[in-house]
Amino acid sequence: MLYFFLTVYFGFTLAANAVLLNEVLPNQKLELRARAISSQLRCLVCQNETIDDSNALLAHSLRLFIRERLQEGDNEKQILDFIVARYGEYVLLTPRFSGAKIILWLAPIFILLFGLIYIAFFMIRGRN
Amino acid sequence: MIVEVGHFLLILALALSIYQIVVPIFGIFCHDKKAIITARPIAMLVFVLVALSFFTLIYAYITSDFSVLNVAQNSHSEKPLLFKITGVWGNHEGSMMLWVLILTFFSALVAIFCQGMPVNFIALVLVCQSFIVCAFLAFILVISNPFQRIAPPVFQGRGLNPILQDIGLALHPPLLYLGYVGFSVCFSSAIAVLLNEDLEVAFGSWMRSWALLSWMFLTAGITIGSYWAYYEIGWGGYWSWDPVENASLMPWLSGTALLHSAIMLEKHSSLKIWNIFLAIITFSLSLLGTFLVRSNILTSVHSFSIDPRRGIAILCILIFFIGNALLLFAFRASSIKSSSFFQPISREGALVFNTIFLIVAVATILIGTLYPMLLETLTGEKISVGAPFFNLTFSSLIVPLLIAMPFGSLLFLKKGDTVVAAGRLYLILALAIMITVFVFHLQKESKILSAAGFGLAFWVVIGTLANLTIKTRNSHTSPITRWNRIKKLPNTFSGKIFAHMGLGVTLFGILAVASFREERIANIAPGDAVRIAGKDIYFDGYMDYSGENYYETRLYFTLVDGGERGANVMASKRTFPSQNMQVTKVGLLRCGLSQYYIAPSDYTDNNKIIVHIYWNPWVLCIWLGGFLMVAGSIFSFSIRHLRMRMLA
Repeated sequence: MLYFFLTVYFGFTLAANAVLLNEVLPNQKLELRARAISSQLRCLVCQNETIDDSNALLAHSLRLFIRERLQEGDNEKQILDFIVARYGEYVLLTPRFSGAKIILWLAPIFILLFGLIYIAFFMIRGRN
Repeated sequence: MIVEVGHFLLILALALSIYQIVVPIFGIFCHDKKAIITARPIAMLVFVLVALSFFTLIYAYITSDFSVLNVAQNSHSEKPLLFKITGVWGNHEGSMMLWVLILTFFSALVAIFCQGMPVNFIALVLVCQSFIVCAFLAFILVISNPFQRIAPPVFQGRGLNPILQDIGLALHPPLLYLGYVGFSVCFSSAIAVLLNEDLEVAFGSWMRSWALLSWMFLTAGITIGSYWAYYEIGWGGYWSWDPVENASLMPWLSGTALLHSAIMLEKHSSLKIWNIFLAIITFSLSLLGTFLVRSNILTSVHSFSIDPRRGIAILCILIFFIGNALLLFAFRASSIKSSSFFQPISREGALVFNTIFLIVAVATILIGTLYPMLLETLTGEKISVGAPFFNLTFSSLIVPLLIAMPFGSLLFLKKGDTVVAAGRLYLILALAIMITVFVFHLQKESKILSAAGFGLAFWVVIGTLANLTIKTRNSHTSPITRWNRIKKLPNTFSGKIFAHMGLGVTLFGILAVASFREERIANIAPGDAVRIAGKDIYFDGYMDYSGENYYETRLYFTLVDGGERGANVMASKRTFPSQNMQVTKVGLLRCGLSQYYIAPSDYTDNNKIIVHIYWNPWVLCIWLGGFLMVAGSIFSFSIRHLRMRMLA
C-alpha cells in the first residue's frame, strides 16, 4: 500500500535512460510495476542513483532479477524483502518505519506541532 | 609574477578585513565618528582587491599557466576560452574564491546603497560581513590556496570534467552563490539589530530589499541548475533530491519565509523578531550548504576534491557563526520590542502559517539529508533517504501552503474574515474541482492524487490572477477603468502576482510530466522511425564531427507529423580524448511548451543504435515558473525602489 501511495504521489523523479531494450517486459502493466520497484532501490556501486537510472552492471542484473520475479508472480513486498535480505536496508530509498528510523518519519510532524503550539501560545499571550 | 600579485592582493584584503573588524567597533564604543565611517570605503576597497585577485586567477587559466597547481589540475590548453574562464570555479579552490568575491561584492553594495540608514547600524553590518570575509579568506589562504605553484611546471593540464564544459557552468554557480551569499547581508543586519540598534520601519524595508535581491538570484540559480541537469545528465531528471540540491533548496525555502515576513515588517512593522530569526536561519543554511558541498561528507554527484582538513575547517567556521548568532539571539531577543497584536485569521496570521510550514519543510529536508550520516555514526546502521521519502514528506507540507496561498493574500490586515475571502474565490474553487475530475478521466490509469494536483495548480494560478481583478473591482466598474486601475497597482503587487503564478506554473509542469510522460526505447538504424505521442521521430542518419577539444558522432532526427516533415534536431555522443571520457548530448525537439527528449545510448550491430525517446508534455513550464518568480522579484525590486534608497 505504501508503495502504491508513493508511486501515485507527485513523483518528481523521471524514468531512466539506463533500462536496456532486452530488459523491457512485453506485458506493459508488469513493466510499469518493475519500473516502480527499481526506482525505489539505490544502486550500490554508484553515487546517489537508483538502479532504474544506473548504467552499472549490478543495477542491470537487479533490474533483470526484479522482472523475473514479477513474471513468476511475486509481489513487490516479496521482491523488496528478498533484495533487502541480501544487500541490507541501505538499498531502500524509503527507510522503513521501524527502529531508529521512526524518528526520521515522525520528526516533521513533531516539529510542525511544536511550531503550531508555539504560535498559539504566542497569540494567546498577545491577546492578554 | 601576476599570480603572485593576486596572492598578495588576497593577503592584503585579509589584512584590511581584520582592520575593518577592529576599527569600527572601537569607534562605536568610544563614540569616535572618524573610526566608524572608515567601514564603508574599506568595504569597497576589499571588494576591489578580491576582484583583482580573482582576475589574476582567471588570467592564469586563460594563459594556461601550468606552473600553478590549481590550473594544472583543472584546466587544459585546448579548451575553448569560455570553459577556461568558467573552469575557474569548476573546482574546490576556485569556487571558494568565487564565494568570497561575491561576499565582498555584497559588502560593497551595502556600503554603496546605505543612504538613509543610521551610520552605526551600517558600520555594525559591515563589521559582521568582515568577520565572515576574514574567516573565508583565512580558509582560502591557509588550506585552499589557488595560487600555489608547482615545480617543475607540467606540460599539459588535466582538464575540466566534460560534463561541466557547458554554458550551465557559466550561469548556475555564480547565480546560486549570489543568492546564497546575498543572505549574508540579512544575517549581518539581524546581528546588528540584536547588538544595538532600534530600527523599526527602515529595518523592514532594508531587510526586504536584500532578501528580495538574494532570493531572486537563488531562484534563478536553482532554475538554471535544474534545466542544466535535465539536458546534461541524459535521462531527463530535473530534481533528484541529491544532498547538494537539498542544500540549495533549504536556504531558498527559508529565504522565501524571510522575504514574506520582511514584507510584513516593512508595511506594518510587525513580526520583527521572526525576521531576525529567519535571517539568521537562512544564512546558516547557506553556510551549511557550503559545508555539505565542500566537505564531501555526503555522497553526491556534485563532489569535488577530498581533503578532510577542509571539511573540518569549514565546520569550525560554520559552528562559530551559527552558534554565536543563535546565542546572541537567545540573549537579546527579549529586548526586541514585541510586534503588534493580530488575529489568527488575518494577513499576518496567514504569513506566520506560511513561515511555519516553510520552516518545517526545511527541517524535514535537513533531517532527511543528515539523518543517514548521524545514524551511521551513532549505531553503525546504514540507511538511505532518497527521492520517495522527500516527495512524500515535502509535498504533504507544501500542499496546504499552496491551498492557502490565494486565500492568504486576500485576507485583510490585522483582522480578516475567512467567509468573505472564501466567498470571493468560490467560482475558482468550483472550476478547480471540475479540472480535477476532468484530468482524472483523461488519465490512462486513474490516479486521484495527481488529478487533484492539476486542480491545485489551476487554483494557484487562477486564484492568484483573481486577486488582481478583486483588488480593482467595484459593483459597476467598466473594463477600461479596471485596466487603468490594474496598471496603477504598485509594482510590488504585480511582483507578487507573477511570483505566485510562477509557483503554480511549475507545479503544473511537474505534474504534467509525471502523469502524461511517454517513453520509447528503440534499436534503430538510419531510415527507421519511432512512433511516440501520436507523431513519428524519423532517424535520418549519422555524421562525424570534430570540435575544438572533442570529436563526436552526431545523430539527426526529424519530427514527422502525418507524413509532413517538421522540425529536426541533433543528438550526439561526444568523446573528450584529453580525459578519455564520453558524454551524451541529448536532442531536444520543442513543440510549444512540450519537448521530445532524445538520448542516444549504445551501438548495436548493423549500424544500429539504441535510442531513448521521451515525450515530456508541458515540461518547460517547470522552468518557466521559475523565471516567472524571478520576473516577479524584478518587478518588486523596481528602479523606483532603488532610486528612493539612493536619494533618501
